[in-house]
Amino acid sequence: MTTAKRAPYLQVFKTFLRNSLVREMTFRSNFVIQCISSLSWTVMNLGFYLLIFSHADQIGPDTGWGKYEFFVFLSTTMFINTFVQAFFMPNAQEFSELIRRGNLDFALLKPIDTQFLISLSKVEWSACANFMAAGVLFIFSVWQLMARPENPLSLSWFAIVLYLFYLACGVVILYSLMISLAATSIWLGRNQSLYNFWFYITNFARYPMEIYQQGWGLPLWFLFTFIVPVLVVVNVPARLMAQPVAETSPSTTFLAVFAVVATVGSFVASRWIFTRALLSYRSASS
Amino acid sequence: MYARAATWWTILRISIEERLVYRGDFALGTLMRFLPIVTQIFLWQAILATIADGDVKGYAHGDMVAYYLLTMISRAFSSMPGLASGIALQVREGEIKKFLVQPIDFIGFLLLSRIAHKLVYYLISAGPFAFVFFLCRGFFINGWPEPEVFLCYVLSLIMGFVLGFFLEATLGLIGFWWLEVSSLLFVYMLFNFFLSGHMFPLDLLPEPWSLLVDLLPLKYLAYFPASVFLGKVEGVELIRGLWIELAWIVFFIVAARFLFWRGVRRYSGFGG
Repeated sequence: MTTAKRAPYLQVFKTFLRNSLVREMTFRSNFVIQCISSLSWTVMNLGFYLLIFSHADQIGPDTGWGKYEFFVFLSTTMFINTFVQAFFMPNAQEFSELIRRGNLDFALLKPIDTQFLISLSKVEWSACANFMAAGVLFIFSVWQLMARPENPLSLSWFAIVLYLFYLACGVVILYSLMISLAATSIWLGRNQSLYNFWFYITNFARYPMEIYQQGWGLPLWFLFTFIVPVLVVVNVPARLMAQPVAETSPSTTFLAVFAVVATVGSFVASRWIFTRALLSYRSASS
Repeated sequence: MYARAATWWTILRISIEERLVYRGDFALGTLMRFLPIVTQIFLWQAILATIADGDVKGYAHGDMVAYYLLTMISRAFSSMPGLASGIALQVREGEIKKFLVQPIDFIGFLLLSRIAHKLVYYLISAGPFAFVFFLCRGFFINGWPEPEVFLCYVLSLIMGFVLGFFLEATLGLIGFWWLEVSSLLFVYMLFNFFLSGHMFPLDLLPEPWSLLVDLLPLKYLAYFPASVFLGKVEGVELIRGLWIELAWIVFFIVAARFLFWRGVRRYSGFGG
C-alpha cells in the first residue's frame, strides 16, 4: 500500500467540522440549551469553590494554591476537558455502538486511518461555550495574580508557549486514555459503563496533586501519576502558569519532563491497544 | 382484595428476579461509586489542614468523611436513576397505552418495580457498603446515635426514598406535555447535585443561600438524613424537619396523581 496516495487528513477533518456544525445548527434551540446547561454546571462548580475559599485561604498548607492560583488551575481543567468533550467524547461513546451493531465494518473499509476516522468524525460545537467561560476565568485570575501587591505574577512569552504545549500534552493523555477505554468495547461487546469509568478516573485529575501527597493518598498519587498519568494532565500546565516561583524547584522540572514522557508513552500505548483490539473485531450479523 | 395483593406481589417478584440478572455488574458499580468521594475527602483534608482550628462550621476532618459516607446511604435511598426519563420515554413511544387498558395502576407499578430495584440493590451493595464503612469506622467520632435518633434516621431514609420517587415521577409525567424532558432533567440533576447536600454539607452555605436550600425539598434527599445521624439536627428541629418532609411527600404524591390524570386525558395513542 506504500504507493497509495496519502489520505487528505486535514481536508477530511475540515469536512467533519463543517458537517457537525451543520448538524448542530439544524437543531438550534437544542444547541442553545446545551450551551446554557453546560455553562450553569460551570457556574455551580465555581460557586462551590467560592464557598471553599470563603472558609479557607488555600488548598493545603503551603501548597501555594490560593484562590486565584486555584482558579487558574480550574480554568486549565476546563480548557482541557472542553477540548476532549468537543472532539473525542461523542465519538468514543458512539464507538461502542458501532461495534455492537457491526457498523465498524464501514469505517474499516474506508481508505483512511481507522483510529483517525472514529476519533474525530463528530464534533460537539456546544462545548465552545464552556471553553469561552474558561477563557474569561483564566484571564481574570491571571490578571488578579499579576495585579496583587505582594509577589505579583510576571508572565513571559516562554511561559505562555510552555503552558499551551502542556495543555496539548494533557489533551493527548486524556485522549489516549479514552480511546483505550473505548477500544475495550471490542473485547467486551458492549461497554456502557465507559462514561462512568471515565468520570471516576478523571475525577482524580480535578484537584492539585498536593492533596494526595500524604498518608494513604500516596499510593493513589503514585498510581495516577506514573501508571495512569491523569494527575499530570492539569497539574503541570497549571503549576507552570500559576506558580512560576516553583518553576525552578526540582519537583516541577521533574514533573514537566515526565509529562512529555507520559504523553508520548500514553499515545503509543493507546495506539497499540487500539490496533490490537481491531484485530479481535469480528463484525456483528449483517 | 386478595387477588389484588397477589397481583402486586407477582409484579414485585418478577421485578426482583429481573434485577438479579446483572448482580456482578451491580456490586462492582457500587464499589466504584465510592471513588468520587475519595477525591472529595482528600480535598477537604487539605482545606481543613489550612484552617487554624481544623474545622469549618463544626465539621472537622472526621465529620466531613462521615458526612460524605452517610450521603452515599441517603442517595442509595433517594436516587432514582432512569425513572423520570423512563416515564417520558414510555409516553413518547406509546408504551404507556398498555397501562391504560390493563387493570394496573401505572404509578403503583413503577413504585413496586422501584422498590424491587432498591431491595436488590441493598442486598448486593450491603457487602461493599459494610466493607467501606468498616474501614472508615474511625471517622465516626461520636459512634452510633441514640436509639430514638437512629429510628428517626431510618424514617428519614425511607421518607427520602418516597420523596425521591414521587418527585422524579412528577418530573417524568411532565413528558405528557413536553415529550422531551431531558433538558429539564439536566437542570434537576444539576440542582440536585449541588443543593441536596451531595457535593458539600449544606450548613456551610452563607445566608441567602442557606434559606434557599431550606425552602427546597432537595435537602431531604441527601443532607437531612446524614445530619440526623451525625446529630447536627436534633430535638424539635428534627421533628419539624420530618413533618416538612412528609408535607413535601404529600405534595408530590398529589402532583404526580394530578399530572397523570390530566396527562391521560390529553394523551392519544395510535397504532398497535
